Amino acid sequence: MTDTQQIAYIAAQAADARVNVELETEGMTLNIGPQHPATHGTLRIIVRLDGERVVAAEPVMGYMHRGYEKLAEVRTYPQVTTLVNRIDWLGSFANEVPFILAAERLMEVEAPPRARWIRTALFELSRIANVILFLGDMAVQLGAVTPVFFAFRDREFVLNQIEAVTGGRFHPNFDRIGGLKDDLPKGWIEETRGVLARIRTFCDEMEDLVAGNEIFEARTRNIGVVPADIGLAYGLSGANIRASGVDWDLRRDSDMGLAHRELDWKVWTHPDGDSFARYWVRLQEVREACTIVEQCLDGIPSGPVMAKVPRIIKVPAGEAYVETENPLGVMGYYIVSKGELVPYRVKIRSASFNNVSITPWLLEGVYVPDVISILASPYFILGDIDR
Amino acid sequence: MNTLTLAVELAHWQQTTIRAVVGLVAVLLPAGTLVYLFLFKMMSFMQSRLGPMEAGPYGSLQLLAEVGKFLQKEDIVPENADRIVFKAAPFVVLVSTFLLVLVIPGGPDLMFIDVDTGIFLALAVSSISVIGILMAGWASASKYSLLGALRATGQLIAYELPLVLAVMGVVIQAGTLNMQGIVMAQAEGEIFGFGGIGSPFIITQFLGFAIFLIAVQAELTQPPFDMPIAESELVTGYLTEYSGMRFLMFFIGEFATAGIFSALAATLFLGGWYVPGLDPTDNLFNVIGPMVLLGKIVLVAFLIFWFRFTYPRFREDQLQTLAWKVLIPLSLANIIATGVLKVVF
Repeated sequence: MTDTQQIAYIAAQAADARVNVELETEGMTLNIGPQHPATHGTLRIIVRLDGERVVAAEPVMGYMHRGYEKLAEVRTYPQVTTLVNRIDWLGSFANEVPFILAAERLMEVEAPPRARWIRTALFELSRIANVILFLGDMAVQLGAVTPVFFAFRDREFVLNQIEAVTGGRFHPNFDRIGGLKDDLPKGWIEETRGVLARIRTFCDEMEDLVAGNEIFEARTRNIGVVPADIGLAYGLSGANIRASGVDWDLRRDSDMGLAHRELDWKVWTHPDGDSFARYWVRLQEVREACTIVEQCLDGIPSGPVMAKVPRIIKVPAGEAYVETENPLGVMGYYIVSKGELVPYRVKIRSASFNNVSITPWLLEGVYVPDVISILASPYFILGDIDR
Repeated sequence: MNTLTLAVELAHWQQTTIRAVVGLVAVLLPAGTLVYLFLFKMMSFMQSRLGPMEAGPYGSLQLLAEVGKFLQKEDIVPENADRIVFKAAPFVVLVSTFLLVLVIPGGPDLMFIDVDTGIFLALAVSSISVIGILMAGWASASKYSLLGALRATGQLIAYELPLVLAVMGVVIQAGTLNMQGIVMAQAEGEIFGFGGIGSPFIITQFLGFAIFLIAVQAELTQPPFDMPIAESELVTGYLTEYSGMRFLMFFIGEFATAGIFSALAATLFLGGWYVPGLDPTDNLFNVIGPMVLLGKIVLVAFLIFWFRFTYPRFREDQLQTLAWKVLIPLSLANIIATGVLKVVF
């Protein structure tokens, strides 16, 4: 045998030995979505699996893109609120607020105090309507069906209150440049107090049934941990970043133009940054939102709900960016006006788009069952990702 | 045991027909009861909704409507599926259910077969359903199905052991593997000399009962052990590609097995067809025995379904940890304690 032959023989033997030692398995690509029960919408996530372990994950967005930024360019300012209602469809009133505030800033009008306080109350009510669904839905993703029915049951009362004021359960279209469309109906304040008491009971139930459940804790503690610096680098906002210990809430830290800074409430944070922390922080925020609404009900000043604005609204040339602390996180509108009836350009910064962008980083190396508990906990809404 | 002596002597084919019909009833009646009582009604009340109300009084005919619906649906076989295996899988799952019902006594003379190793046979045939599930998952040619089937296999193998070990305590106490013998041991037993209620083994074997129920929950792949069908992850696992009648068969298999495992638990731990205060050899039990058993089945199934509607699901590794590190050591300790006490008393 020549030397070359011998070396080739040894190499072949070594290769065989290696195959025998570590059995190489073929990876598998699994498409989660666009139609999948866990994505409540049409999000697609391509995961490369090795057994049940995720090697790489890539979210694919755009299946629900509706082109609202472009559509807004051919609509007058009051018409745009109809569109933006449909961005985060669970907390739709909150979507109108930053747009209206941006337009008001350009026009240099200010809503009267009564309108500001009612806006605040409705803003927080839509936060409750949005987040309590998450509190139930997170349990569904982990296999417990009952909590989500409780969430739907109690959300109905909140939607009834929103409907009583605005006339729309999901798409209120109630905010106007310079104030609100209408005043509160008679008896609404008392009724809302009763609803808030129900929501508080609901929060206690969820604390017992979900957050206090051993299996739930085992499934969410130390799962999907987001350190504060990574979260900030990916642009997380809202309860997601507060669950990582960052004490940052626009309602307190900036002047959004609502009444939050005149009220007494607390920003909750959690040091852990895992799925459980995100659930817990949202649970506390619903309670806090109840406190805020209650204080609004106590302190709504009297007066008009509409400032003096021209009947045909033309926004002077200029640009403005306003962001608010929406149910899902920071939502901002960048409006460029050329002094016409319609905006020249509207850029929407929606919270879920950033929140979902961290998924490839989060999902690397986890098991398939954890994929779901991790995907559920940053709480994105598909309309809020794709606009 | 004597076979049931009837007033008229029947031909072999007549006896076979009666057995077949009674077997069908014994499998389908508990299954239907559980689906209506728990899946339709109790679940709805727990979730503050009404459940079916339209079909019949309080929606009691909803089951028939559902069966009708499933029968009408197209029986779809995926293009890449292994057709024969795919079509055979639901039958294999049902076979294990029908075999299980064989050994459960409904009265002193009422049972299909009377074997000396009854409980052993029951625990052995209950594993056949795994083969059906694996067939379904493999033949579907779908990734979700395959993942679900593999999870199911791992889970069922892990929980077979605590299931068997939990029953060991009962067997040691009764001193027999015969199901009828176990019922009799409970009917004629005494607790510290007091024989008023017999000696249902749930009192002395409470740990065994708890472990048995947890393991049954896992065998049925119900929440909190529903990893194999986990609808938020795997769509519906090994059931994903099934539709129409074949899906219905899986569905019946699931609930019929729930009923029969409840019957097993009722027989092993609650005294089966026996009611305290009556003579267990009384011929009366051949009439009321099945109804008593059904009542006890509903009691046990209530526990199973209560957990099902309340708990979120475990992760695969947590599920295995629970089986191997908690349930199996506990049931081994239970066996040792039972053995020692058996010798002492």
